[in-house]
Amino acid sequence: MSLELDPREVVVADRMAGVSRLIGVTGSKGGIGKSVVSATLALAMADVGIRVGLFDLDFTSPSGHVVLGVDRGFPDEEFGIEPHRVHGIEVMSVAFFSGDSAVPLRGQVASSALLELLAITHWGELDVLLLDMPPGLGDTNLDVINLLPGLEFLLVGNGSRVVIESVARALQLFVEMNVPLVGLLENMKRGIADSVRDLAVRYAVPYLGAIPYDDTLEDALGDVAALRRTDVYRELAVLPISRPAVGE
Amino acid sequence: MHEFALADSVVKAALRAAEDAGMERIERIVVKIGELQAIERDLFEFSLTNVLPVQDVRLEDAEFDLIEEKVRFRCRPCGHDYGRSDVAIDAAGDEGEAVHFIPELSHAYARCPKCGSPDFDITQGRGIILERIVGQGSVEDES
Repeated sequence: MSLELDPREVVVADRMAGVSRLIGVTGSKGGIGKSVVSATLALAMADVGIRVGLFDLDFTSPSGHVVLGVDRGFPDEEFGIEPHRVHGIEVMSVAFFSGDSAVPLRGQVASSALLELLAITHWGELDVLLLDMPPGLGDTNLDVINLLPGLEFLLVGNGSRVVIESVARALQLFVEMNVPLVGLLENMKRGIADSVRDLAVRYAVPYLGAIPYDDTLEDALGDVAALRRTDVYRELAVLPISRPAVGE
Repeated sequence: MHEFALADSVVKAALRAAEDAGMERIERIVVKIGELQAIERDLFEFSLTNVLPVQDVRLEDAEFDLIEEKVRFRCRPCGHDYGRSDVAIDAAGDEGEAVHFIPELSHAYARCPKCGSPDFDITQGRGIILERIVGQGSVEDES
């Protein structure tokens, strides 16, 4: 029987079998803090004993490792590849393979790279795996929706007029596709406008709160001790998803 | 040894295909191995023949044919078609290692020898492909 079949997709569910919850941290625009939120949320979770992983899916511009100050090379191999364990977080990033090289990938090629990493990475037992998504609503976002049943999204936005409309479009799409949403998180909030909260209400999505614009953040990047003193960490640490489940 | 994970995917995909076709025994599994990924063939073959099949009775007598497929690249801007020996990826260094794990990272290192572009398609020989399975018996045949 002729097949000509890419076998990788078949094992994705097996590789995720030990992961209790999958959350994609996404946003419809670049530069609104998805990577900072993903990495800092992972840190806040690890700090209270939640078994957490961080998978950087922004293949052309990975930056989660920068936020956490991870300077590591190739992952170890053991019947597949093992994420690096950093500050109590299981971290996987294409940056561990490509270093400082620019990686120009068209959408379908990024999809294939995603599938490869999903097929060969062993995450072990995790309470939560956070996916740091690339900006926009392109191939990678659609890929993870198709490949990872049960995936939820945490949508990051802010009240800027150049952002808010695209956040509304993203919400519209996720609601239409029946993608479960952890909620809408307002990042880099300035001023008192409630446009992001209003948007959450309009789409009946939980509003997770607002992280104020934090002037100290830039200097804290790469230094987890300093990161823990930022408003970003403080706000993320009090989210319901950052608390260990009762009984743990 | 991420060859094990790749071999695992081949076996599971073969079993699923056999199930879909009502095939009760798999006698032969034909796998294409793309040149670009440069997997360690011995490790891959060992995983297929000595580790994985014992987990399923349908694979007890299965033989594996591994066919190597040369990689070909096609440049998007100029249309030039070229092969592995035309690109300067250091097979023994970190570049080769990165491409071994994730063949798509060839886009970070390979350039069209004619125009220098990193924008190319890999038209064949990327990685592992389950080409064919041959087997016997089916639920339909017996009914």
